[in-house]
Amino acid sequence: MIWVDTVVQGVLLGGLYALFAAGLSLVFGIMRLVNLAHGDMIVAAAFLILLLVQGLGLNPFLAALLAAPAMFAFGWLLQRFILNRVLGKDILPPLLVTFGLSVALQNGMLEAFSADSRRIPIGPLESASVSLGGITVGVMPLLTFGSAVAVIVVLNQIFYRTALGRAFRATSDDPVTASLMGINPRGIFAMATGLAMVVVTIAALYLGMRSNFDPSIGPARLIYAFEAVIIGGLGSLWGTLAGGIIIGVAQTLGAAINPEWQILAGHIAFLVVLVIRPRGLFPRALD
Amino acid sequence: MLLQTHGLTASYGQFKALFGIDLAVAKGECLAIIGANGAGKTTLLRSITGVLRNAPGMVMHRGEAIGDLPADRVMQRGIAMVPEGRKLFPSLSVEENLLIGGQVRGGSGPWGLEAIYDLFPILRERRRSPGTALSGGQQQMVAIGRALMSNPDLLLCDEISLGLAPVVIRDIYAALPRIRASGMAVVIVEQDIARALSVADRVVCMMEGRITLEGTPAQLNRAQIHAAYFGEAA
Repeated sequence: MIWVDTVVQGVLLGGLYALFAAGLSLVFGIMRLVNLAHGDMIVAAAFLILLLVQGLGLNPFLAALLAAPAMFAFGWLLQRFILNRVLGKDILPPLLVTFGLSVALQNGMLEAFSADSRRIPIGPLESASVSLGGITVGVMPLLTFGSAVAVIVVLNQIFYRTALGRAFRATSDDPVTASLMGINPRGIFAMATGLAMVVVTIAALYLGMRSNFDPSIGPARLIYAFEAVIIGGLGSLWGTLAGGIIIGVAQTLGAAINPEWQILAGHIAFLVVLVIRPRGLFPRALD
Repeated sequence: MLLQTHGLTASYGQFKALFGIDLAVAKGECLAIIGANGAGKTTLLRSITGVLRNAPGMVMHRGEAIGDLPADRVMQRGIAMVPEGRKLFPSLSVEENLLIGGQVRGGSGPWGLEAIYDLFPILRERRRSPGTALSGGQQQMVAIGRALMSNPDLLLCDEISLGLAPVVIRDIYAALPRIRASGMAVVIVEQDIARALSVADRVVCMMEGRITLEGTPAQLNRAQIHAAYFGEAA
């Protein structure tokens, strides 16, 4: 029974990693842009939620609801006025810009909030649990996983059921031909990054409620997000969820064997998948 | 005039592809642009559609300078393009490929999904298939339908017969009279001279980035066209 419990905890942890990764997957899937500042943006959004919670006395979920439009605007402006300028056939300029952004964000947050660890307070919900067939699971991990599935479902609905999603896919396939359809690729890219920042806000909410955070932890979140995206197959949203779950389960199984192995086990699972399926588990046919 | 170019030039880096093209297309007219590979035909269409940017006054549409507009803005004005090689979106179904053509500029006009399906009935049967899973001829039908969905006043068709079987080309050209009947002007870039002469009101021949011959099919004889096309006497 302990192993079943371990796997269930790993699956639920995978939901958090999938949330970290979904925004990264969205941006990469549409414009082949690898955002090295993604982890720092999650941390920045967590600080924004914390400010709203502490400053206005809001419930964290309500604070995230207010932070989401602000983060959307940040993403839209960032893409429209900075990242669009460096997107092109050469992948190096956007990598350098997002790396610089990562450094600037970390130092900015350090200056503004100090190096102290913070946590978004959620009261009794933090330790609440429910019993599922003999296994006790925390309410927060359940909420996190449910949110991850909801995010993936909503993003898929946007992608495959709306005119905006059609424009996302067409622009991802061929931006020049998309512009011949009257679509402004730069506007579409800005919308995509804005949407990714809304997902980042949701990831930040659960990061901040479930664990301590400080300005320096962004790069580690980025690595988990990268691994989940690559395991799942670049650009595949359901694959990203599967990737998050694989890392989560590997970590909890590793920790069950030896607590020191938790992080290492996740990275080993990533390498094993990469050796067996270099293009990930669910690669897009066109990549 | 619906569309005019004045001394239009275009370059790819150091390579100059167009040398001062003066062209005019009237409302409802069908203009064929013929020429060998490398004559500059596709570059001319890319310049008109804004894929290649120019000085504003080099391209005029309904009396307004559009030479410096990006492709999306040019399309929104009513200039639609059927690109060489079809360029369907691989991740979109046939119907989605059609819908995206009218997504930004659909508006009121005769061309909608049902009208396209009436024009090319096979597309109705294949509407759920991925666009790129179709045969070359069917893909060309989708590309034409996708451009029509915006109800443009000018339709630019780049090499629509390229790589297709003669019977398929015949079917595609058979749709042209119905397209023209809706009132739009059509510019056809074509290497098949006989096909171009059979449908066009006026023909322009290009060679090495310049217009070498212009006239109605009735005015031009075989020797003139041969000389303009290949740069030598027949």
